[in-house]
Amino acid sequence: MASRTFTASRLPGFATVAIVVFIALYMPIAMLMIYSFNAGDSIAIWDGFSFQWYERAWENEKVKEVTIRSLVIAGSAATISTVAATMAALATTRKKPFRGQTGIYVAINQPLMVPEIVTAVALLIFFAAIKVATGYQGLGYLILAHSAFCIPFAYLPIRARLEGMDLTLETAAADLYATPWWTFRRVTLPLLAPGIVAGMMLAFVTSLDDVVITLFVKSAGQDTLPTYLLAQIRRQVTGEVNAISTVLLALTVILLTTFFLLTRKRS
Amino acid sequence: MRETEATREAAQVRRNWLLSLPALLLLAAGAIGPLFIMLIYSFLTPGKYGNVEWIFSLDAWRGILFTRDIFDETLKLADAHLTIFWRSVRLSFLTTVFTFVVGFPTAWFIATRPPRWRAFWLFLITIPFWTNLLIRTFAINQIIRNEGFLNTFLIKIGVISEPLNLLYTDLAVFLGMTYVYLPLMVLPLYAAIERFDHRLLEAGYDLYASRLAVLRRIIFPTVKPGIIAGSILVFIPSLGAYVTPRILGGGRNMMIGNFIDLQFGQGRNWPLGASLSVMLLVVVTAALLIYVRFANRDRGHG
Amino acid sequence: MGSDDGFIEIIDVTKAFGPADRRVYALGGVAATIRRGEFFTLLGPSGCGKTTLLRLIAGFELPTSGEIRLDGQEIGHLPPFRRPVNTVFQNYALFPHMTVAQNIGFGLEMLGKPKADIAATVERMLALVKMTDLAGRRTDQLSGGQQQRVALARALAPQPKVLLLDEPLSALDLKLRKEMQVELKRIQLETGITFIFVTHDQEEALTMSDRIAVMSGGKILQIGTPREIYAHPTNRFVADFIGETNFIRARVQGGKAIVGGEVEVPLPAAPAQGEVTLAIRPEHLRLVAKGTAGALTATVGDAVYFGTDSHVHLTLGDGTGIVVRQQTDPDGREGPAPGSVLGVSFPPAAVQVLED
Repeated sequence: MASRTFTASRLPGFATVAIVVFIALYMPIAMLMIYSFNAGDSIAIWDGFSFQWYERAWENEKVKEVTIRSLVIAGSAATISTVAATMAALATTRKKPFRGQTGIYVAINQPLMVPEIVTAVALLIFFAAIKVATGYQGLGYLILAHSAFCIPFAYLPIRARLEGMDLTLETAAADLYATPWWTFRRVTLPLLAPGIVAGMMLAFVTSLDDVVITLFVKSAGQDTLPTYLLAQIRRQVTGEVNAISTVLLALTVILLTTFFLLTRKRS
Repeated sequence: MRETEATREAAQVRRNWLLSLPALLLLAAGAIGPLFIMLIYSFLTPGKYGNVEWIFSLDAWRGILFTRDIFDETLKLADAHLTIFWRSVRLSFLTTVFTFVVGFPTAWFIATRPPRWRAFWLFLITIPFWTNLLIRTFAINQIIRNEGFLNTFLIKIGVISEPLNLLYTDLAVFLGMTYVYLPLMVLPLYAAIERFDHRLLEAGYDLYASRLAVLRRIIFPTVKPGIIAGSILVFIPSLGAYVTPRILGGGRNMMIGNFIDLQFGQGRNWPLGASLSVMLLVVVTAALLIYVRFANRDRGHG
Repeated sequence: MGSDDGFIEIIDVTKAFGPADRRVYALGGVAATIRRGEFFTLLGPSGCGKTTLLRLIAGFELPTSGEIRLDGQEIGHLPPFRRPVNTVFQNYALFPHMTVAQNIGFGLEMLGKPKADIAATVERMLALVKMTDLAGRRTDQLSGGQQQRVALARALAPQPKVLLLDEPLSALDLKLRKEMQVELKRIQLETGITFIFVTHDQEEALTMSDRIAVMSGGKILQIGTPREIYAHPTNRFVADFIGETNFIRARVQGGKAIVGGEVEVPLPAAPAQGEVTLAIRPEHLRLVAKGTAGALTATVGDAVYFGTDSHVHLTLGDGTGIVVRQQTDPDGREGPAPGSVLGVSFPPAAVQVLED
């Protein structure tokens, strides 16, 4: 037998458990997707194939509005956080350690360590005070909050890419008369680009999926797609929610697949 | 343009701080700074219609564990609060244990695939991790609700005649959290198992160890860092969970996260919400610090 | 045009690393003068400071103290992109996202040269390193030797006043290394550019250089032509690092060194009194019959046969071990028997008196 794995590595029952886990992991999502194409309004009885829920969702002005808002917020937050994260990664990676560097690193990763509900509450309190003081009620609060918690997601792939980069390439550019700016433009940035795109995608997905922080920060009438879905789930379940969820899942999977292809190590 | 060691180094440090500045400002305004304001609010008096009055008070901190009797103003242990804390800790702990029980074989399975298949299985684990938590929880909700797939199916095949009341129970919350946080357990376990030297197993069997003994005496000790990392990664978000208990637990089976939320809604007690949040933050930070200590100690020994 | 002596002047340069309270000196006061058009080699074991000195000339590091002058102008405090100096890196450091031609043209582009000039120079450089056919290739598709050539062409294209080479041949296999040594020498003669070459390989240094600076412990111990360095090492480290050497202690008396109380060696410039170390190359020693006038008495230990010659290990009266290199006899006779007592003679000119 040309079995590559050691027989010693085979532990009885492990493969069975793993397969059950994978099925359990995908079954609920699959069901949700399948019933988004149901002609009836049940989530358990199949009445035939139809696009009716997609049509209804498409015609629903409210859905359109919250989708656009979600995309605006995720687009802005991903852009802002990626720019900030790229700059921070350039400052904190591969450099001679400096005083405060660890502090910067901890600050950048802070959103990963604090429960979302805690950040959400803190932002509610803080922004409530600012809303009273300034009267401004716009999307700026959501964009600021999303930009902040997206920073670590954008930072990690960029940092990983930088760490894998040969430092002497930049030395060589400087040796060949490139000023620091041109070194960055012609050598660092092109080599860093896949990491930056990957970071931006993770930030976009993270922002697009956020429920808790958005729920606490948003002003009246600022529902995003997830908070809209949450409200719908509480009321009554229709296939429309399934249809929207399916589209959102598809978008995430496409972005993630691109991300994996970008960050995959070349063999 | 004359440079010296000192000017070049100073310029580099200045440049590093300038480059980090936008990220630091964003984080200060949108994540870290507000935590301090929240701490201040936990020492204030609740306003009549939400928000706060700027009067110093320790009531919010006392209120975590005690309530004042409406009639005689004496302090009593707040049973309702304790129930919520206990449910949060219990469900988080059960979730951690159960994700480990099913996550370990899964991680082992992935790590023992041929190298080119590993990436594929790993990708299958990672997709749910990145997809919307709300949607995943909602998918569970659809399966287990009374008119959902599970009950419909069981009634159809005649196992039960009345739908099982699964939704809005602790069991539903536990299942939901296991479902959504499982990838967080599998990924660090996989990372640890992948580094594991499988020749150790052959050595173990060679020295007359049974499969169970190999698992307990060889595998678990060597992948311990992965077990600890996975447990922390599951336990922390479980403890602070909000969406899953809200969708699967309903209004009665609250966890700490929903209880905090309540203080900013119907409860109209912002200071209590703030003090509860600070408490949760302290617990989570303590857990992380213990983990860091553990991780460093293990590295020191290895 | 400045005088040919002193094209590059390194004046009392020190370089320290680490925080102020725990400074480690990589270079402790180095002075050297490099001539225009010279192939100058910095030779020494790893950690001797040779790469640090090269990086100081390139501008990747700044000196803690001292000056570096190029053509009379102080450059030691300029950033690297302001110095008319280019480097061939040890790992080549070719830009992976550019083609061979784009790599070679990069420096000229940064200098703001017109496109046509750049194209012409790139053509010329490709021809110089014999890489014309591969101009459009990506650099990660090249072999080690080809990458080496591109790195060389890239550093030469902006026509620097000085080319710095940081152990450029160390990653190549032996055969390719020999080829590239010849190639490098040819290109240096063709372009007339001053080369500063860093290596730890003494053979490479001896065959390629016009002059060599031998470094150890952050200092330059001796500067000279390959012949001077080999034939007249001034201290024990140089004598030992370059080739093989026997060290023999001697007492100085009346301008002569007395070895083992028996042999007198006339010294050209000897201290009046005291002890000195003499260095004699194994190939300058001859085995003669015991008691021959002017020969040291030694006991044969063993002999190691190398084909063209053999190394005979002997012990002097005071216990000092020495090696004699003997050409193999045409008739294939065995060397001297272990344990036998012989004389060891040498011409006075072969003796070097070392500074202690």
